[in-house]
Amino acid sequence: MAMTITEKILAKSAGKKAVRPGENIWLNVDVLMTHDVCGPPTIQIWKKEFGENAKIWDKNKLVIFPDHYIFTADKHANRNVDILRQFANEYSVENYYDVGTERYKGVCHIALAEEGYNIPGTVLIGTDSHTCTSGAFGMFATGVGNTDAAFILGTGKIWEKVPESMKFTFDGNLPSYLTAKDLILYILGDITTDGATYRAMEFDGQAVYDLSMDERMTLTNMAIEGGGMNGIIKADAVTEAYLKERTNKKYEIFESDADAKYHSTYRYNANELEPVVAKPHSPDNRDTVRKVQGTKLTKCYIGSCTGGKLSDFVNAAKILMGKEVKVPTFIVPASTTVAGELETIDISGISLKDIFTNAGCEIAQSSCAACLGGPADTVGRSVDHDVVISTTNRNFPGRMGSKKSEVYLASPLTVAASAVTGKITDPRDYL
Amino acid sequence: MEKIILGKAYVLGNNIDTDQIIPAEHLVYSLSDEEESKKYGHFALSGAPLPEAGLPGGGKPFITGDNYLSEYSIIIGGSNFGCGSSREHAPFALQKAGAKAIIAESYARIFYRNSVDGGFVLPMESENKLNDIIKTGDEVELNLTDYTLKRIADNKVFQLKHPGDVLPIIEAGGVFDYARKTGMIV
Repeated sequence: MAMTITEKILAKSAGKKAVRPGENIWLNVDVLMTHDVCGPPTIQIWKKEFGENAKIWDKNKLVIFPDHYIFTADKHANRNVDILRQFANEYSVENYYDVGTERYKGVCHIALAEEGYNIPGTVLIGTDSHTCTSGAFGMFATGVGNTDAAFILGTGKIWEKVPESMKFTFDGNLPSYLTAKDLILYILGDITTDGATYRAMEFDGQAVYDLSMDERMTLTNMAIEGGGMNGIIKADAVTEAYLKERTNKKYEIFESDADAKYHSTYRYNANELEPVVAKPHSPDNRDTVRKVQGTKLTKCYIGSCTGGKLSDFVNAAKILMGKEVKVPTFIVPASTTVAGELETIDISGISLKDIFTNAGCEIAQSSCAACLGGPADTVGRSVDHDVVISTTNRNFPGRMGSKKSEVYLASPLTVAASAVTGKITDPRDYL
Repeated sequence: MEKIILGKAYVLGNNIDTDQIIPAEHLVYSLSDEEESKKYGHFALSGAPLPEAGLPGGGKPFITGDNYLSEYSIIIGGSNFGCGSSREHAPFALQKAGAKAIIAESYARIFYRNSVDGGFVLPMESENKLNDIIKTGDEVELNLTDYTLKRIADNKVFQLKHPGDVLPIIEAGGVFDYARKTGMIV
C-alpha cells in the first residue's frame, strides 16, 4: 500500500506494517520534550496519576528546556523553573538544561535541533504547539498538552489519529529577497488558520531542498498556524550534514511513495512570489509588502523559534549593515548557541553583533521573550497601541502583550528593511 | 458523565485562540493548588477583545468583578475554536470558571485533545453554525443522549455531531481513567 512519509513513520512507531488516515493508533514516543510553562503541571499530573511510585518510562528520552519566562522578576514564573530543577535533581534527568548555567540553551525547538535530538524517522512529542518545527528533519513531531505529556512520561505512549497529508511543492529557485517565512505565509494565506487541521503538511520541491536546516525549520514551525498536526520535510544530504556534526545516533530516512494519496496538493513557483506579511490579527491575513508599505511602526522584533535562528540574523544583518534603525528594534537570538554565533559570524569582517549594535538595535538574552508576550517585564513586549513588525509566528490579539497592539508578521529581511525606515518596507528597496 | 447539562450560553466568534482564552502572562499560577488555581477561572477569556466578548454586540465579559466563576456554563463558538498554543491551561481555565461544555463548528487539534484527555470541558461539534443563532444569556440544554442542544425559550432543537472514536475517553472522564479502565495502566 502506498504511504506518505508521515504514514510510514507513524506505522513504524505503532509497530504496524501500514496505517491509513483516520485510523487511531498508539505511538511509541522516541523523545518527550517539555519546558517551564507546561513542565511543572505535567510533572504534577504524572505524580497524581501514577502515585508515589511514579516512574519515568525512559529518562534518556525526556528532554527539558526552560525557555519561556526566564529573565523576569515574576515570582510565579521563577517558581516554575525551581520546580523543573528540583524534578531533574530528584529523578536524575540528564537532559535538563538549567537556567543560570552554561547548559542553558534557550528556545526548545531550536535547542532540540542543535543538541542532536531531532532524528529522521522518529517520533518527538512536546508540550508546545511549535514542536512541529522538528519535522524539518524528516521526523514526526507534534505538540500536546500537560495530560498527554504526563501519560507519555509514565508510559512512553500516546494515541493519535493518523492524519491525511497535504503536499506543498515549491518549484524553481528562491530569489534573494525571499525567505522561508514568505513561503509559509503564502501557504497560510491560501489555506487559512484551520486549512490543515488534523492533517500533515508535507513540503517538497527544489526551492525547499535548496533551503538550509534553519530555513526548513521556519516552514515546519508554522504548520501549526494552519492547524496542522505536523509539518514534514524528507531528510536529504543537507539534513545528514547537519546531523553529522551533532549526533552519532543511527537513523532511518523515510520518503513518500510516488503514488501516495494526499488530501490536496498545492504547487508554487518560488521565482514568481514576492515578499509578504500577515496583517493583524491572524497569521493567514496575507498581503504583499508593497500593498502595506508605509504603515508606521513603533517596534521591530527579530527573534523566536520561527525567526531567531542564525540564518534569520544573517538575513537581517545584510540590510542593517551600515544603517541605523528608526524605531526600537529588538534582536532576540533563539538559543545561546545562536547568541554566540552573532559574535563569531561576520559579514565583510564585521560581526553580526556589531552590525546590530552599530545600527542601534537592542540585543536581548536568548528565550521565547515577547513572541508570546510573557510577564510584564519581558523585553520587547508590546504595550498600548504599539504597531509591531515581527519575525515571530502569531499575531492574534494580545499575543505579543497588549490587546490593543497590532502585529505584522514578516521575514527577517522585511523586518530589517522596515526597521531602517520606521515604516513597513519592501526588502527589495535595500537589496 | 452527566447526560443533561442546563445552563446559560456565552457566545463567541471564529478562531478563538488560546491567548484569548487565557493570556500567556497568566500561565505561571499553580494548576494544582485549589486556591491559587482559581486565578485561571478569574482570567478565563480575559484576552477576548471586548467588542467580541459575548455576541451579539459584545461588551459582556465572561467573568465580572473579582469572581472566578462565570454565570455562563455553555460556550458557543464558531470554527477553529482553541487554535494557537498547546497550553492545557486553556480548557482548565474554562472549567475553573464553571464552563461545562463548548459547542463549536470545529476545533483546533491540541485544544480538542486537551479538553478530552484532561476531562476539563466537553468539546461538542455542531452540525451547523450556531454562534449567530444562539445569543449570549440564552438558556440552553445540552443532551448527551441524542446529541442535541435545545434553546429553552422556544424549545428549538439543534443537532450536534456524535463524538466518534473519542467517546470512550469522554465517558471515562479522561485518558488516564480510560487507560485504567482498559487495563493499559494500573
